[in-house]
Amino acid sequence: MTTTTVTLKIDGLEVTVPEGTMILKAAKDNGIIIPTLCNLEGLSPYGGCRLCLVEISGSPKLFPACITPVSSGMEVTTKSERLTEYRRMAVQMLLAERTHICSVCVANDHCELQSLANQLGVDHVLFERKWTNLEIDSSHDFLVIDRNRCILCTRCIRVCDEIEGVHTLDLKLRGKDSQVIMDLDEHWGSSCSCTSCRKCAKVCPVGAIYIEGEPVSHTKHKDIAEFITERRQRKWKR
Amino acid sequence: MSKDDSRRVILEKVMRDHGYQESALLEILHKAQELYGYLDKELLMDISGSLNLPPSHVFGVATFYSFFKLKRPGQHVVTGCMGTACYVKGADEIMQAVEREYNIKRGEATPDGKLSLLVTRCIGACAMAPTIIVDDEVIAKATKEIVLQKIKQVLGGT
Amino acid sequence: MNLADIQKIAEQEVDFERAYKYRINVCCSSGCVPLGAFKVLKAFEEAVKEFGVEKECKVAKTGCVGTCSVGPAVVIEPGDYLYQNVTPEKVREVVRDHIVLGLPVKGMLYGNPAFFKKQHRLVLRNAGKIDPTRIQDYIAMGGYSAIVKCLATMTPQGVIYEVATSKLRGRGGAGFPTGQKWGLVARAHGKPKYIVANLDEGDPGVFANRTLAEADPHAILEGMLIAAYAIGAEKGYLYIRSEYPLAIQTLQRAIAQAKSLSLLGDNVLETGFKFDVELRFGAGAFVAGEETAILASVEGCRAMPRPRPPYPANSGLWGKPTLIQNVETLANIPIIIQNGGAWFSKIGTPRCTGTKCFSLTGKTNNPGLIEVPMGITLREVVFDIGGGVPEGRKFKAVLVGGPSGGCLPDALLDLPIDYDSLTRVGAIMGSGGIVVLDDHSCMVDTAKFFTEFCVDESCGRCTPCRAGLARIKEVFAGITEGNARMEDITTLEKASVYIRDASLCGLGQTAPNPVLTTLRYFRDEYVEHIRDKTCRAGKCFKKEEKGVEQ
Repeated sequence: MTTTTVTLKIDGLEVTVPEGTMILKAAKDNGIIIPTLCNLEGLSPYGGCRLCLVEISGSPKLFPACITPVSSGMEVTTKSERLTEYRRMAVQMLLAERTHICSVCVANDHCELQSLANQLGVDHVLFERKWTNLEIDSSHDFLVIDRNRCILCTRCIRVCDEIEGVHTLDLKLRGKDSQVIMDLDEHWGSSCSCTSCRKCAKVCPVGAIYIEGEPVSHTKHKDIAEFITERRQRKWKR
Repeated sequence: MSKDDSRRVILEKVMRDHGYQESALLEILHKAQELYGYLDKELLMDISGSLNLPPSHVFGVATFYSFFKLKRPGQHVVTGCMGTACYVKGADEIMQAVEREYNIKRGEATPDGKLSLLVTRCIGACAMAPTIIVDDEVIAKATKEIVLQKIKQVLGGT
Repeated sequence: MNLADIQKIAEQEVDFERAYKYRINVCCSSGCVPLGAFKVLKAFEEAVKEFGVEKECKVAKTGCVGTCSVGPAVVIEPGDYLYQNVTPEKVREVVRDHIVLGLPVKGMLYGNPAFFKKQHRLVLRNAGKIDPTRIQDYIAMGGYSAIVKCLATMTPQGVIYEVATSKLRGRGGAGFPTGQKWGLVARAHGKPKYIVANLDEGDPGVFANRTLAEADPHAILEGMLIAAYAIGAEKGYLYIRSEYPLAIQTLQRAIAQAKSLSLLGDNVLETGFKFDVELRFGAGAFVAGEETAILASVEGCRAMPRPRPPYPANSGLWGKPTLIQNVETLANIPIIIQNGGAWFSKIGTPRCTGTKCFSLTGKTNNPGLIEVPMGITLREVVFDIGGGVPEGRKFKAVLVGGPSGGCLPDALLDLPIDYDSLTRVGAIMGSGGIVVLDDHSCMVDTAKFFTEFCVDESCGRCTPCRAGLARIKEVFAGITEGNARMEDITTLEKASVYIRDASLCGLGQTAPNPVLTTLRYFRDEYVEHIRDKTCRAGKCFKKEEKGVEQ
């Protein structure tokens, strides 16, 4: 079987990838890293965090690299002053949205939001920071959720539905009030559907879901979704 | 499902009419709220079982849409339209007056459960702004005085 | 029931109507009902009997004529005499003088002929003239003759060609060419195909679609039928806000009537064409009007927009090709088929053809529903049709396009209303809201109000709209409470531009419009709020006062 390929330019580099590949993957496979928070290989794309926005020449609009497929002759720019400015803005808005205090966070030093802020040189937050007082649920034997640290990327919800297949997690309410819930907004400890598989903790980019008493560096394993997906497709070799 | 509760039987029929399709969730929630006045967790669990949907999905949908109520509303309901036309014409002042008079906030019910104060985004009666709905009656070109008088009247009737 | 039978119904109905010398149209739409329209209707029925003129005078329950502020409104034909503020007590006098003695009651007639003069009623052609609960009324006015024409003489491609020739653009907001959209869905692979008619008019201050559905529901259904024939769809969903009970009732009845005349169903007019319409109810989510969110909602999920591509034309409802169209667009279709696309393309401006319905509200003398040709100026709408600002106050701004529209100052009043001109000045056509503001309105407060609206209505999926708008709202709180610094203006501007450019769907992309336009045209008011802590309209800095009152 032959796959049709597409040739395009990413940051001036000519790359050839299979048709239907998303820009983000095409870039990554060629050594160009575009920042993301919500996207995770092995899970359906979400297009929510807006960090992977890129420019495509010929259009004034910005395109999320995670869900924009490549096309022949496309010229993609992943780094520009405007894009960096916008990525900083996104990080600042996320940092201001809920209670993010790195020094008292379980994920300190192992947090994707924190490391993005560092990489992008975010040294202050333009907005007044909001100190939220959302419920912290530690009723489960070992899984803990602190919704004040959640950035609503929904990786946990997707991994629970698409990989573990139980759909214990979902969002309630909407907009800035959205929160991750278990079943009918039950305490985690009394959830009937949760299999305690820990995948939600493994893929959480921040310190919102973690395992009590276990170092976050040990828990985090965000490639788990891609790993399981590939194993299910019987792709043993990488 | 309890067959003694005729509302529950009616709801079951509506679900059956929709072939227990997942996509009918909104229609089912509408019907359930119409029958029960609000959606409690037991009811949502039931619906989730009947339509074979994850409970968290059902809860997520029910809380996404502001029309669905998860708490028992007051016996009487005052709904203020806060659409643009009504806001420009002073709906906020009327709502503040009701809040002060009954010491409740928007979205709340009085402790005795007699009165709920809700907000809606535009009922489409903009040319007669501001509009306030007391129970089922739409008060057009409302003023503070008329609304407070009307609330007094419906509360007095119970 | 076949193609020829529709013609027969039309002829019968016209004969039936001819037997009457007068027709009294009582507006019974959502605007007039709270003001007592049903009592007026009953009074008319009794009064014509009392004077023994029931054989020559038909009393009909109709939809809206547009003059919602002076309801209940009653129109007497022939001559289109529009009576305003009709009460049951005055009905006897109207029947006695106008019908029996032939002397219209001058004192009660609507006094603003200018309100109608500049309007052009295409979509609302039947509004206020027919009884929306009788399908025969619609058929008598030439209704369903367009679908008959399509089925009898046109190919689906021919229908699409005609719509493309008309240069009709979608009335839901973005203004995408309708013919082009139909072509995309018609060519898309995958079966079945679906149509979703959008009546989720969530813009606060807009009631054009509701009025259309209440006044002429069959025009929407006929538009859906024609679209279905053109693109090859078998099933349509009409998504309507649950806040519109009367419109829902009217549509439910219309669908049942259309089914009974086999205009909907497995074998439409015995031609083998199959199409059915099902109503779906919204539940209070503004974002559900967005085209991918409405799909999620029809599927019974949280109305969260999803990224495009894939476009709904290829992958919409349950992954199948889907045409999503606003009901106002659909109501234009039958007249385009009847009169031809070339005829339609001459109305309005060359790039924006046809008309647009607007809800005219706020500080205007003649609030109501209007339909104007594209290209009319804002000044004509605000001052000629709207009759200016009441109580001798000064015009300050006009807000075009709902909560994500723009606030335009008097310097822009001569701007023609069309998609491109509005976008250029930072507003949008949106679903057609025009709110007039006078000098009692504070522009900072207005922008804050709309931002709060969009914060509440954001679905929460993407960072800029969810987290960003909420930050803007806090900056506004600071400005209107006296805790702001000059740099906050820059923050507002930067954040707004970011949200506009980076958001996932139309809600986030347009939500900063009120902020950006007020900053552009009324910047000095922001400066006054921050520097002098004063609000010239007297709306802001009220916090302490409220505290004292309580």
